[in-house]
Amino acid sequence: MSLRIVVTVKYVPDATGDRHFAEDLTVDRDDVDGLLSELDEYAIEQALRIAENADDDVEVTVLTVGPEDAKDALRKALSMGADKAIHVEDEDLHGTDAIGTSLVLAKAIEKAGFDLVLCGMASTDGAMGVVPALLAERLGVPQVTLLSEVSVEDGTVTGRRDGDAASEQLEASLPAVVSVTDQSGEARYPSFKGIMAAKKKPVVSWDLSDLGIEADEVGLQNAWTAVEAAAERPARTAGTIVTDEGEGGKQLAEFLAGQKFI
Amino acid sequence: MAEVLVYVDHAGGAVRKPTLELLTLARRLGEPVAVALGAGAENTAGVLAEHGAARVLTHEAAEYAAYLVVPKVDALQAAVAAVSPAAVLVSSSAEGKEIAARLALRLGSGLITDAVDLEAGEAGPVATQSVFAASFSTTSRVTRGIPVITVKPNSAAVEPAAAAGSVEQLNVSFSGQATGTRITGRTPRESTGRPELTEAAIVVSGGRGVGGAENFALIEALADSLGAAVGASRAAVDAGWYPHTNQVGQTGKSVSPQLYLASGISGAIQHRAGMQTSKTIVAVNKDPEAPIFDLVDYGVVGDLFEVVPQLTEEIKARKG
Ligand SMILES: Cc1cc2nc3c(=O)[nH]c(=O)nc-3n(C[C@H](O)[C@H](O)[C@H](O)COP(=O)(O)OP(=O)(O)OC[C@H]3O[C@@H](n4cnc5c(N)ncnc54)[C@H](O)[C@@H]3O)c2cc1C
Ligand SMILES: Nc1ncnc2c1ncn2[C@@H]1O[C@H](COP(=O)(O)O)[C@@H](O)[C@H]1O
Repeated sequence: MSLRIVVTVKYVPDATGDRHFAEDLTVDRDDVDGLLSELDEYAIEQALRIAENADDDVEVTVLTVGPEDAKDALRKALSMGADKAIHVEDEDLHGTDAIGTSLVLAKAIEKAGFDLVLCGMASTDGAMGVVPALLAERLGVPQVTLLSEVSVEDGTVTGRRDGDAASEQLEASLPAVVSVTDQSGEARYPSFKGIMAAKKKPVVSWDLSDLGIEADEVGLQNAWTAVEAAAERPARTAGTIVTDEGEGGKQLAEFLAGQKFI
Repeated sequence: MAEVLVYVDHAGGAVRKPTLELLTLARRLGEPVAVALGAGAENTAGVLAEHGAARVLTHEAAEYAAYLVVPKVDALQAAVAAVSPAAVLVSSSAEGKEIAARLALRLGSGLITDAVDLEAGEAGPVATQSVFAASFSTTSRVTRGIPVITVKPNSAAVEPAAAAGSVEQLNVSFSGQATGTRITGRTPRESTGRPELTEAAIVVSGGRGVGGAENFALIEALADSLGAAVGASRAAVDAGWYPHTNQVGQTGKSVSPQLYLASGISGAIQHRAGMQTSKTIVAVNKDPEAPIFDLVDYGVVGDLFEVVPQLTEEIKARKG
């Protein structure tokens, strides 16, 4: 038996850069360096660990929907150890919202063939944390999301989900969609050997017509939500900063009392 | 008047505060109709009525506790079919967002997550969101279907408003997907006796500067003097000094309290993402260049081991 894992990875603007909006109120991807979303590295890591621990053949495919530069994210994933990559790129995709993105990802996952889809917990730019649930809904398979611990054995995925009120043990049969948190285990760095090997690994490119998606199903004009305005938050007015010379705690208490917190 | 569905987050019938905030916002859009599911659902009706719910649709079934997310989506979908609401509001917990997303997809509706404010608009509700680690504020609208919107805790004040709150049974038939993900075990989080992190009016957080698990007692003592919740940076959590459930930031909880008090936290972008919308921000850090000082209303450059105990003592003295 073999196990086909598809890991969805997103190419995002660097969070430490000066992120802002383009004129059409989409995220400006031109002025800020992009990179593989750090939270998706955890998903790649878990896919590789599942592959290493399995008796079966496991094939790990990384999939991204994004602009030309998003190939960088795929390259990094391949150098970490993924086997092959799929890049979905189409100019009609500009401005697609989460629901539209989930359509494109789902079609690509179906075309690639899968037993297990592994996602990050959220993208570091949009940070909605909804794409994994949307993928499960679209693919009609169990959603096993936000796992801090995951294992796959005999066609069953199990894991621990640390929720707000309780920590839950989850279990589902494959095929399934799983997302993992940054508590699931440190992601590896690409080795020199991995970086060299990645250069020879296949990267397939698909556009919307390859996936049977019409242009009017995606893109900014067809999103089901619209951003009407975006404004930089006024910088917080400069606060008072004091240096502790033995009375710092009391001074802070005085401030808090003045603000009626005490 | 148009009806607005509010998904009720409750534990055995005890309604969580963010749901009451949703009722405040829902009243701006129309008449709130609450949907409460699972064990104790009917016990929510009293509190919901006091906060403006005209009707409370309830359904109890073992599926809600035995399987992940999908049974709740099935029920909300049934409620939408029964009510034809002008909007559906859900709290922005991890689960709330997943429920909302799947519901929106099924309804063919647009989805907005993590709203921090909501107003009625001519073409439907207008949601304010805070993006890029809260450096930008946007307003958005759903352009297709019944708007499904998740709202962050602490986005509105809880306002009592008496309404009928009549309890009605909701008819739900579960979909084939409902039983796909089994919940085989559940360990409830131990109560600390302190307020919920995401709901608290005051949050007192510690970071790497706290220097060890045992020193978090200082942070807890300060929190207790203010009746606050305790938060931690990822550095403190990764070091094993404080539980992950208390992490504030991009991959932890997002908080928006009246007062956020950070000690020994540098203020990295990922930490800021989870606390930058706090009303008043105060920090203690020995490094005058720490980025957290760019955010503060009041900052003390100093050693937290000196400043925090003195602050705690002073608060206790003032409170008598
Ligand atoms: C994908 C991703 C997600 C992340 N998610 C989160 C998240 O959710 N939450 C989060 O917090 N971080 C998150 N991080 C990590 C974040 O980038 C920082 O590493 C982290 O916030 C640093 O924690 P810190 O401020 O406690 O530690 P440091 O940055 O090391 O700062 C410690 C501070 O303590 C001060 N200090 C030391 N000793 C004292 C003393 N005695 N008295 C006073 N001050 C003292 C120092 O001057 C320093 O400013 C994430 C990172 C990534 C890549
Ligand atoms: N454009 C994309 N391409 C590939 N994967 C994506 C994309 N957008 C989201 N994902 C996946 O979905 C997860 C959650 O994203 P989000 O719902 O946007 O926060 C990410 O961690 C990725 O695994």
